[in-house]
Amino acid sequence: MGILEVRGVSKSFDGRPILDRIDLTLNQGELVCLLGVSGGGKSTLFNIISGLLTPDSGQVLLDGHDVTGCPGHVSYMLQKDLLLPYRTVQDNVILPLLLQGIPRSEALKTAHSLFDAFGLDGTQRLYPAQLSGGMRQRAALLRTYLFSRKVVLLDEPFSALDALTKSAMHRWYLDVMDRMPVSTLFITHDVDEAILLSDRICLLSDSPGHITHQISVPHPRPRPDSFKLSEEFLACKKQILSLL
Amino acid sequence: MTKKLPSITNKLPALIAGAGFVLLWQLVCSLGLVPAYMLPSPLDVLRAFWFERVLLWENALITLKEAFIGLGLGVLLGLVFATVMDAVPVLRRAIYPILVLTQTVPTVAIAPLLVLWFGYGLVPKVVLIVITTFFPVTVGLLDGFVSADPDTIDLLRSMGAGKWQIFRYIKFPGALSQFFSGLRIAAAYCVVGAVISEWLGGFGGLGVYMTRVKKAFAFDKMFAVIFLISAVSLGLMALVDLARRLCMPWQQVRENKEQ
Repeated sequence: MGILEVRGVSKSFDGRPILDRIDLTLNQGELVCLLGVSGGGKSTLFNIISGLLTPDSGQVLLDGHDVTGCPGHVSYMLQKDLLLPYRTVQDNVILPLLLQGIPRSEALKTAHSLFDAFGLDGTQRLYPAQLSGGMRQRAALLRTYLFSRKVVLLDEPFSALDALTKSAMHRWYLDVMDRMPVSTLFITHDVDEAILLSDRICLLSDSPGHITHQISVPHPRPRPDSFKLSEEFLACKKQILSLL
Repeated sequence: MTKKLPSITNKLPALIAGAGFVLLWQLVCSLGLVPAYMLPSPLDVLRAFWFERVLLWENALITLKEAFIGLGLGVLLGLVFATVMDAVPVLRRAIYPILVLTQTVPTVAIAPLLVLWFGYGLVPKVVLIVITTFFPVTVGLLDGFVSADPDTIDLLRSMGAGKWQIFRYIKFPGALSQFFSGLRIAAAYCVVGAVISEWLGGFGGLGVYMTRVKKAFAFDKMFAVIFLISAVSLGLMALVDLARRLCMPWQQVRENKEQ
């Protein structure tokens, strides 16, 4: 059984079905990608998994416990970094710990060792406005990570970055994933990004959202840089494009 | 040093215009274009200011005391109103129109009533100042609370934050900018409010002084006190700006980045 299980989740807004019987399993340490056209039901599904929305039917299980409609269990990072401009980087990343009632000094101690691992050392006392887009995204990810180390939901986390920063962030995130015990479910509409990062890709159809295919990406992580140009990569990309 | 230069060059046109205006005024008086008893020259005003300095100082202290108490209570009331109206939307819809209505009643019309109800002491002044200052503070804060980013609120909710935590970490700090804008207006209002209510009955303060010199047709002193009131208002606004800079250090960072 996976660390996160989504069972038969359906949701409609004003009689319009958005999600149709979604079944999804995320295993420990796995990186699974939801691929589909922009808009549609992907963000709605994430809102349901994170507990912000309650599905019309179906269940969300975390570690075997029913967390349907209960926020505060799964880390969720939205497309924008959503760093609070009036808090320093360190005060931003410890926010989830403060919300859990952990005193600030203790929270800072917990966060301190991770600044280095996330490539954020030296930014502790800066304000978000002083960071570049990539660094802001890293800080947002550190905050997400500090909330829960179990399951992380990423909603198009790198889509707002330029191509070069984006590929640097991919390498960085895979590196973080290798060292930390996280399982990640992430949304993208970028096929290359999906193949590059994930172990498994779930194709989501449009209105209503339904998982039509699940594709295992060849070559287990960590993958070499040359993977992007390999036959395996291209074959996988062709298969996905023909299915979309 | 270099950072301060732009602010001086920005203010230069205003300084030149102001100096030119005072010069022209002095010229009009010196040439006798307007009779001296109707328009005292800037030098006359300065002289009056110097001769009356003790009296002006004593009265200014009284006015400032009223202004500070009134402003403090007004800000407190604004905080309470804004927080309650943000937390309970039904109350917002119920109270907000009434608050707007209170602002359409001219202060000069309420002040005599307040004197009738509360006498000539401190209370009617403070009440009037509270009435005029709580409104900009309430509106500023409420605007700030309401305009909090829904995505950021969702993010905190996904982390299990409750209503109070969302208020503390997002709504309140996010509304600080609007709060200080409101406070700036309130600071300007509070001195004027104090003076108006002193006019209509009181034992001391710049407003009382003003009515006295007016009855004596001492226009030079009249002008001196007018300038003093302006200066006090400007000083209070500068204090608010200082507090804003101290409370919002991240704004400084942003400004430096833009330069």
